[in-house]
Amino acid sequence: MKAMELRHLQRKAIEIRRLTVDEITHLGIGHVGGSMSVVEVLVLLYYRHMNIDPANPRWEERDKFVMSKGHAGPALYSILADRGFFPREMLLTLNQGGTNLPSHCDMNRTPGIDMTTGSLGQGLSAAVGMALGHRLQALPGRIFALIGDGDTNEGQTWEAAMSAAMYGLDNLVAFTDYNKMQIDGPIEAIMKTDNLIDRWRSFGWFTQQVEGHDFAALDAALERALAEKGRPSMIIADTIKGKDLPGIEGDYKNHNMPLTAEDAERAYARFRELEAKLEEVPA
Amino acid sequence: MKYRIERAPEAEKAPEMRAVYSDELTRMAEEDTRIVVLDADLMRANGTESFKARFPERTFDVGVAEANMVGISAGLSATGLIPFPATFTCFAARRTFDQFFISANYAKLNVKLTGSDPGVAAAFNGGTHMSFEDIGLMRTIPRIVICEPADPVSLRALLRQIAERYGSSYLRLHRKPITPIYGESETFELGRGKVIVEGEDVTIIAAGAILVAEAIRAAEILEAEGIAASVIDMHTIKPIDADLVVEYARRTGAILTAENHQVQGGLGSAVAEVLTERYPVPQRRVGIQDEFGEVGTQEYLQERFGLTAENLTVQARALIASKSTKQGAEQ
Repeated sequence: MKAMELRHLQRKAIEIRRLTVDEITHLGIGHVGGSMSVVEVLVLLYYRHMNIDPANPRWEERDKFVMSKGHAGPALYSILADRGFFPREMLLTLNQGGTNLPSHCDMNRTPGIDMTTGSLGQGLSAAVGMALGHRLQALPGRIFALIGDGDTNEGQTWEAAMSAAMYGLDNLVAFTDYNKMQIDGPIEAIMKTDNLIDRWRSFGWFTQQVEGHDFAALDAALERALAEKGRPSMIIADTIKGKDLPGIEGDYKNHNMPLTAEDAERAYARFRELEAKLEEVPA
Repeated sequence: MKYRIERAPEAEKAPEMRAVYSDELTRMAEEDTRIVVLDADLMRANGTESFKARFPERTFDVGVAEANMVGISAGLSATGLIPFPATFTCFAARRTFDQFFISANYAKLNVKLTGSDPGVAAAFNGGTHMSFEDIGLMRTIPRIVICEPADPVSLRALLRQIAERYGSSYLRLHRKPITPIYGESETFELGRGKVIVEGEDVTIIAAGAILVAEAIRAAEILEAEGIAASVIDMHTIKPIDADLVVEYARRTGAILTAENHQVQGGLGSAVAEVLTERYPVPQRRVGIQDEFGEVGTQEYLQERFGLTAENLTVQARALIASKSTKQGAEQ
């Protein structure tokens, strides 16, 4: 990836975090932590790799994305609004009565959402079905999925993992948002997933593990995954829950939390610092 | 008896319902490339191997992973295909309920779930495999279609309508041999009950391969005693044909329901809901009375749980007596 594009994606990630903080702060509460940890993976997909058309969200030949950790909807909504699937003002309706932006992703309400999710464990199975459906109908679109630590606890995820390998679905690339936190605490204290990379490899997936907030590393892993033939790919992205929110980042209690105007101000100050730092580096 | 249908020829042999299911799906798939079949390591039991032989690339046997099968079906549907996943009723309803509820129905996708071996038909598989609750569970899913065909002719017709209608559905499939009730020219409509026999004294509303046949036999026994019973095949349990229920409640003044299922949540409950709100008359419900299943032959289990023509006649007589004494249906 060229330095210019890397810089563009880095700026975009800050912008998406800012929009997401706006979105959640407007209501005052939401799934903050997991929305912040997924930003780089989503930005990489939606601004560099995915073949989509905001003017035609149901375009048959598009790539599809399944947000299995459906509660990270707010981050994806920021991206879809920024990409032009719907007006930015709509972001401020998050979770209000009658909104088209519910907490968890809904394909029937939100333009650009490809699968309804929210009950953890179900997303990867749907992604497997989509990959099979595309292969059977010779549709060019690739299937991307994002699962979380909670998904990793669910047995259905591993059923889906077995079947994706069995069917040799090389049109499926999944990411794990490995922020190592779950609602009740660090995964170390609740449900360990040691040697996660070995688990996916042993299930027959082409598996890589990279720094999940580093665009260059993520992009290299994704390019390598897309070139892999005959098996599905998993990219375990080491991330930080609540990334770039001062006083919130890294605290497991940030899963679903109030976000005050003061929290938002601290976040905006941090985003300005990060933007200034980007300007210092010569392109 | 006053039959309102064209009846199957007497000598007609009983085909396996699973073979009818798979053959019809195969015929439909010849015309519609969107149709695909899934199973969870029960293709031999569910008879779908013939579909697989014709369309191997459109068949997915996902192994013993029913939740994943329903999730994959949702994903296939999201790409425009029409998936027909099947497993035993006990797994179709209990094991995959959240996946079917969220990934298929809440997501407004088009998943045609089939549960086979309902209730006492599970026979030697016993209590763990005996679903007396699947319709009750499914009936709580908004806007779903639930269908339990009583014979091969109605199965073929209703299967096509299920495929043609966009939206998720639950088909309760008896997989063993069933003697045809209907002649080949008989027509069926999803959501419209079928009046088989016309009589003025009591109406038996039944569903499924076992109880519709028992209901017809009960009507024959009653006729010999001078009692004229109507028999309705309520093949679509949701949406229930409320107008037909009301019409026959008005006409006969007493309703007897018959189902291979708990009386809580199934056909008996659905009919009771209609009667209570629109036209209260005495009702009795033949079905499983708040019990778990157990092992045995189907004949033994029908006796054990009262799913017989003889029990239907006992309940019908009591209902008719309660009509005349106007004491309600409680004694």
